[in-house]
Parts: sequence; C-alpha cells; structure tokens
Amino acid sequence: MTDVLRKPTTRAFAGASFKISRTAVDRIMSIVSPLALLLIWEIAARLGWIDVRFFPAPSKIFATMMQLIENGQLWTHLKASMYRLFWGFIFGGAPALVLGICMGLNRTLRSVMEPIVAATYPVPKSAILPLILLIFGLGEASKIVMVAIGLFFPILINTMAGVLEIPKIHFDVARNFGASRVQTFLKVALPGAMPLIMTGVKLGVGLGLVLIALAEMVGARSGLGYMMWNAWEILSVETMYVGLIVISALGILFTLILNEIERFLVPWKPAR
Amino acid sequence: MTLLSPEREAPGHLPADVKIRLRGVNKVFESRRGPFLALDQISLDIPTGCFFMIVGPSGCGKTTLLRILAGLETHTSGTIEISPPPPGRPSNSMIFQGDSLFPWMNVYDNAAYGLAMRRMPKAEIKERVGHYLNRTGLSRFTDLYPHQLSGGMRQRVSIARAFANDPDILLMDEPFSALDEQNKVLLQEELLRIWEETRKTVLFITHSVDEAVTLGDRIMVMTAHPGREKATLEVPFERPRQVLELRARPEYGEFVFNIWSYLREEVQRARAQDEGSAS
Repeated sequence: MTDVLRKPTTRAFAGASFKISRTAVDRIMSIVSPLALLLIWEIAARLGWIDVRFFPAPSKIFATMMQLIENGQLWTHLKASMYRLFWGFIFGGAPALVLGICMGLNRTLRSVMEPIVAATYPVPKSAILPLILLIFGLGEASKIVMVAIGLFFPILINTMAGVLEIPKIHFDVARNFGASRVQTFLKVALPGAMPLIMTGVKLGVGLGLVLIALAEMVGARSGLGYMMWNAWEILSVETMYVGLIVISALGILFTLILNEIERFLVPWKPAR
Repeated sequence: MTLLSPEREAPGHLPADVKIRLRGVNKVFESRRGPFLALDQISLDIPTGCFFMIVGPSGCGKTTLLRILAGLETHTSGTIEISPPPPGRPSNSMIFQGDSLFPWMNVYDNAAYGLAMRRMPKAEIKERVGHYLNRTGLSRFTDLYPHQLSGGMRQRVSIARAFANDPDILLMDEPFSALDEQNKVLLQEELLRIWEETRKTVLFITHSVDEAVTLGDRIMVMTAHPGREKATLEVPFERPRQVLELRARPEYGEFVFNIWSYLREEVQRARAQDEGSAS
C-alpha cells in the first residue's frame, strides 16, 4: 500500500522540481535581458555608434541622477508629482467608485448616465488641458483635476462592469435575508465588484502618471513633468532620461503595490 | 397578518395551525411570445410545523411559487396569507439551488450573513452560527472561502446560514439537486436531524420523488406547465426517520410508486411540450 502511495508522490515531486528550475531560468532571463540592452547601449555610446546628444550613455544618465538626488531636486519634483497624483486619485477615484456601483445597481441611473459617459470618455484628456488651466488656474488645482479626470473613467467603467458581473443569485440572497440598500452596497456590490475595481485602479493610475507628466510640462514650476520640460529648455538630455526612468520606476512600483493590495482585498479569488 | 395580494384584499382569518394559505394564486409572465401562465389557480394550506414538499416536472413553475413566497417575485392574482413571525424573527429564509454563497466571505461570515444583516450582537451571532456550523460538521472550516469547499460542504453552509437566521418558515429550492447521490443522502440525513431540533415549517421544492417521500410530511404533486395542483398526499412514515432504513422498507417502495403514478403522466406531458417547442 505504501509503495503504491509513494510512487506517484515522488513523480509529482520530480515534476515540481523541474518546474522550479524552469521558472528560475525564466526569472534570470528577464533580469539579464534589460541589463544586456543597457550594456550594448553603453558600448554603442562610447564607441560613437549613436549620437550621444540624443542618446547619452547610461553611465552618464546614472551620474546625472545621482547628482539630482544629492542636490535634492529630484526629491522635490517627485514629491510635488506624488502630491498631485494622490489628491487626484482621491478626488477622481472616490466619486468614480460610488457612481460606478450605483450605476451597476440601478438600471434607471445607468440608462441616464451611460450616454453621458460614452460621450465624455473618448475626449482626449490632453485636449481639455487648456480649458482646465483656464478654469482652475496655474496652481495645484488644475494638475489635481487633470489627474482626477484621467482616473475617473477607467475606475467608473470597470466598477460598473464589476457590479453587473455579480451573479443575480447573490442579490436574491441579500433581499431574502433582509439586507438594506446600504448593506447590499457594502456587502454585496462592493466586494463582488472588487476584482474589476482593482483592474480599473491599475489602468487609472497608469493614465494618471501620463497625465500628471503632461500637465506639469505646461503649467507648473515643480514636478517630474516640469523637470523634463525644463531639461529640454536648458538642453540637459540626461535629466530628461532621469525623468523617464523615474516615471517608469513609479509605474512598476505602483503595479507591485496594487498587486499586494489586490491580494489583500480579494483573498477569495482562486489563484490562476 | 402579512398579506401579499396584488388586489390588496382584506385578510381572511388564518387559523393558528395554518402557516401559509394560498387561494387561487396565478402567475403570468410577459414574454416576447405573449403572456405565459406559470401558475394556474394554486390553492393550498401549509400547516404549522409541516415539512411540505412540492414535486413536479421541470418547468412546472414550482420554483416560481417558492420565489413568490420568498418575496423575490410577485404573483399576478389570488391571495397569499402568511402568518406573521414572532417579533424579532424573520418570516422566511431560503436555501437556494446552486451556488448562492458569497465568494468573498468565508464560511463563518456566509453562515452569519442573515444575523449580521439584522445587526444582532456579535456574541449572539457567534453562539448561533457556531451551533449550526457544528451541526453541519463545518466547525473546522470556518476560515475557508467557498471556492476551497466541495459542493456538499457549500450546500451545508447554506443550510447553516438559513437555520442560524432562525426564520419562521424555511424555503428550500432543490438544494441538493446538484449533488452526487452519496452526498445527497448524507445531507438529507443531516437536514432531518437539524430540522428535528426545531420542527420549523418547511416548504421544499424538488423534482425527486425519493427526496419528497424521504423528507416530507405532505407532498403536493404539480402538473406540467401551466403549474396546477395534481394531487396532495400525506406521507405515512413516522419520525424521526433514517434515510436508508426508510428506503429499505417495502411500504416505502409502494408509496414512491403511488406518487409516480400521479407524476408519470405530467413528466411525459412536460417532455412533449419541450419537444414541441424545440421543433
């Protein structure tokens, strides 16, 4: 009996260890490939194969970055951008979440709001920047509003879709067990839509980064977007690259953080 | 007295030993092909404490009837009287067919759902839910999520959820139809055991004659569409019952055959309707 039991176990284990080594290889590859690209870039820049006025060597970009960190400039700009992103997230995300759930729950509200959303969503956010600057001025408000508008739509649309995807039987249970409107909102619609809400937040934060950089290029005296625009004016190409690197690093960081938050908020989704 | 009537008729006086009374209840669905009569003149009395079974071919409207009583659907005409629950207790709780547990709540929170919605004190919820999770053998699994449970365990949680809510009436909509035969017998045994503690009024919908005879005190056989009462029979077996012991008795087979004699024609009619609408 034990023999029969042991055999498949060993085999399964052997299979698993093979898989681990495969994922390890994959992981090493995914670290090595960007490093290799940087190395080729560095060599190409030093040997003069590419124009260093446009594509400065990675080592020079890195040196500039260190300098910007030391004199505190990078930190100042990063802080300004994060401040705007945070408040934009609050002012755009919270109403989108509430309205999205209400639209998912209420057919009448949905038929009233859907054409309005459909008409306003495709308007390029960059195209309304002048209008936003006109209304909210050159201060912090215009930047925050810009981010808020960008975050609003993906979160709204995904939240509504998330509520509509909840099987009807869960609302029947809520009704039969005497849940109030507020209880249905908080205990059924919100958690049920959470997987898609998180998708909306991820999309929204990405879009928020794009829009904050854009808004700061036009009407700001601080922020990563301003830093890059200013670098263009004084022809400091390395600083532009530092801005790009910081923004993409933020993108990675936010994705990692949001994945952790998702794991915490949606512990009931079986891992795929 | 709770009166669910589209005409808002004055309530009749419901005798103390009758929990639910239906008189001439009709349900018409509006469909694209015109009105569709789902329930046709249903009249019945469900006595207090009775385990009342409704058996009928699929599509006969038995689930519609249950959903009307659960307040999830309205009837078109006729009167429904349900005796009011004692103060502080809900009138009815439903055990649904299929996956009705909230995937985002663990076993404990799912079982405590009804009580939490009524804002019962935490300690009292814990005591009651603990009792029924214990009775359904789920005490060790309180932290698991529904996707980590088998079909049988999930249906146990919905049984615990309904019983813990302590309603006046339990409504069950083919709760075991998705389970395999072995699990079905186990859960029927458990359901009977838990029910014996309180002997609440139960209305149980099924398409299985065996299930109806095993569990019920009284069985109403329904016709194929449109749903009408075909016959109502008293189940002659004493309680408490052991499922397998009961099924081994010759009288059991005779009684099942008896029910089948009413049902056979209806099942054939339902099949003919299906084939008619398919062609």
